[in-house]
Amino acid sequence: MDFITNFPLFTIVLSLFSGVLCYMLKGKAARNYTIVYESILIVLVSCVLWYTLHTGKAFTYVMGEFPAPWGNEIRAGVLEAVLALTFLVIMLCAVFAGYRFVDTDIDESKVNLYYSLLNLMTAALMALVWTNDLFTGYVFLEILTLTSCGVLIVRELGRTTLAAVRYMIMNLLGSGLFLLGVVMLYNMTGHLLMMPMQAAVAELAADPAVMPVLTMAVGILTIGLSIKSGLFPFHYWMPDTYGWATPTSAAVLSSLVSKAYIFLLFKTYYRAIGIEVFERMPIRNILLVLGICGMVVGSVQAINANNINRMVAFSSAAQIGYIYMGIGLGSVYGYTAALFHVLAHALTKSQLFLTTPRLAEVSGGNLRFRDLQGSGHRNRDAGVFFTLGALSMIGIPVFAGFSSKIQFGLAAVESSSIKMILVMLALAVSSMLNALYFIRTLIRMYTEDPDTNVRAHHRAGYNVPMLVLTAGNVFLGLFSWVVVNLIQTGLSMFG
Amino acid sequence: MIEHLLINNEEAAAIILFGIGFTMLLFQRNLIKKLIGMNIMDSGVFLFLASMGYIEGRKAPIIVDGIQETSAYINPIPAGLVLTGIVVSVSVTAIMLSLTIRLYKRYHTLDLDVIYVLSRHQTEDR
Repeated sequence: MDFITNFPLFTIVLSLFSGVLCYMLKGKAARNYTIVYESILIVLVSCVLWYTLHTGKAFTYVMGEFPAPWGNEIRAGVLEAVLALTFLVIMLCAVFAGYRFVDTDIDESKVNLYYSLLNLMTAALMALVWTNDLFTGYVFLEILTLTSCGVLIVRELGRTTLAAVRYMIMNLLGSGLFLLGVVMLYNMTGHLLMMPMQAAVAELAADPAVMPVLTMAVGILTIGLSIKSGLFPFHYWMPDTYGWATPTSAAVLSSLVSKAYIFLLFKTYYRAIGIEVFERMPIRNILLVLGICGMVVGSVQAINANNINRMVAFSSAAQIGYIYMGIGLGSVYGYTAALFHVLAHALTKSQLFLTTPRLAEVSGGNLRFRDLQGSGHRNRDAGVFFTLGALSMIGIPVFAGFSSKIQFGLAAVESSSIKMILVMLALAVSSMLNALYFIRTLIRMYTEDPDTNVRAHHRAGYNVPMLVLTAGNVFLGLFSWVVVNLIQTGLSMFG
Repeated sequence: MIEHLLINNEEAAAIILFGIGFTMLLFQRNLIKKLIGMNIMDSGVFLFLASMGYIEGRKAPIIVDGIQETSAYINPIPAGLVLTGIVVSVSVTAIMLSLTIRLYKRYHTLDLDVIYVLSRHQTEDR
């Protein structure tokens, strides 16, 4: 039974190994191998989730048996396991639903490299979820950045290359700041492992003269990770990046990569800094304000977008704003809401990014709104799945978006009155704006266009992963208390 | 204030280098200059780490003459971190240079703004 404590490390090592193996396989074999091995990872992570729930506490895996202040650690609790499981399921669905586009978008001789990159990305995602060491976090952060850039440029258009360069520049700025922040914290505390660092920070924070320095270090680190995850005003790279990538990449980048950065940030706050010390810093309020600005500005830009992928990408910027707003609210309720929204948004956004190319395909390959007229009739399945995703984004009951808005509302009620008013207003305005652009798109999609009568039919290869994502979405919507309980159990193990 | 900066001159220099590199990476339009900026920025962090790990008069922790007190040695971890950071920085530079070559082959310029304008007039839109 205790053998399960090795599984988190297995997920990382197996992914790294698979990255190398896919390099040697042929395209189709690499894809099939990726699907099989992702399924194995899902089983492994499910075991970890079951184990942590069963024993009721998190476990630490000590690498090479070197004890705490010296060695490197992996730590797994309920929260990490839930996130890792969601990430892997979404990854698998994205590979399944997007492989036909991968075959057409990418030169045949390079398809295996694409899956190789996806596997390395999985390794980085898993490492960021499990790691208990800030510098390991930095290294895998860079690996994640490089692989994200890789899955962008496999589609060899001028615009993807340009998008990749801009994406890389923003990410490099972010990584540089993150590294500087980590080094400053290391300078002050002498630790890179999160738990010893927390103890040292608590000691330092007692001295009011040191607090500004600590705040500066944490602030630098925060700016770095918020640039990388696309918080307002650093979200301008998003539409180009997500709009021109192959669908699998767009889904993975928008729903997993940015969430991994946010989770690392959250982990740093909760575990390396300690939540009491963090709540004394003004950073929280700044995050709240920027999050709210992001929600509104992202939605307004989504309204102005002229193509459906750009609209969905700007809506991502707005949703990232929601998550940061949750962190900014503070208290267990705020963090629960933020983490719940991480899951909800990951499921919904990947669904949207995997349906838009199908709609474009039956509209002459165009993503512009006027070409999409009637596409919901031409491709019924994709139309239905897009509608479901859009309804969740707006926050219609039964879907995940609704539950996460309720969670944000609850968290707002628990906080001070100014924050409550701000958050409630922001939620109302943002929901209204969301409804505006998504319903406009839906109307456009379902307005009959007599000129074209191309119809597409899908094999199970497309519908099954989309059904899985929708099921996850509805589960989060209807049984949100299950997930909320899991997150709160995870949070209680987290600190 | 000045006193503190003079005592910690290496750290101050490191942060100034970081700032120079950061602004170059952010504001330069030429891709190669951006890359140079990125390397300056990373060097700044490495200088910060290296200066933090070095204490005058102490040696690397390899016991050859039987001295076992910790006060005789420095902490080797910052040096290790610098090495790791250099590896990361080199690989990022390599991939950025290859991207730059790709863009240059397609658009025949290194100016990011010009490339942006050119890419908008392309016909490969879907």
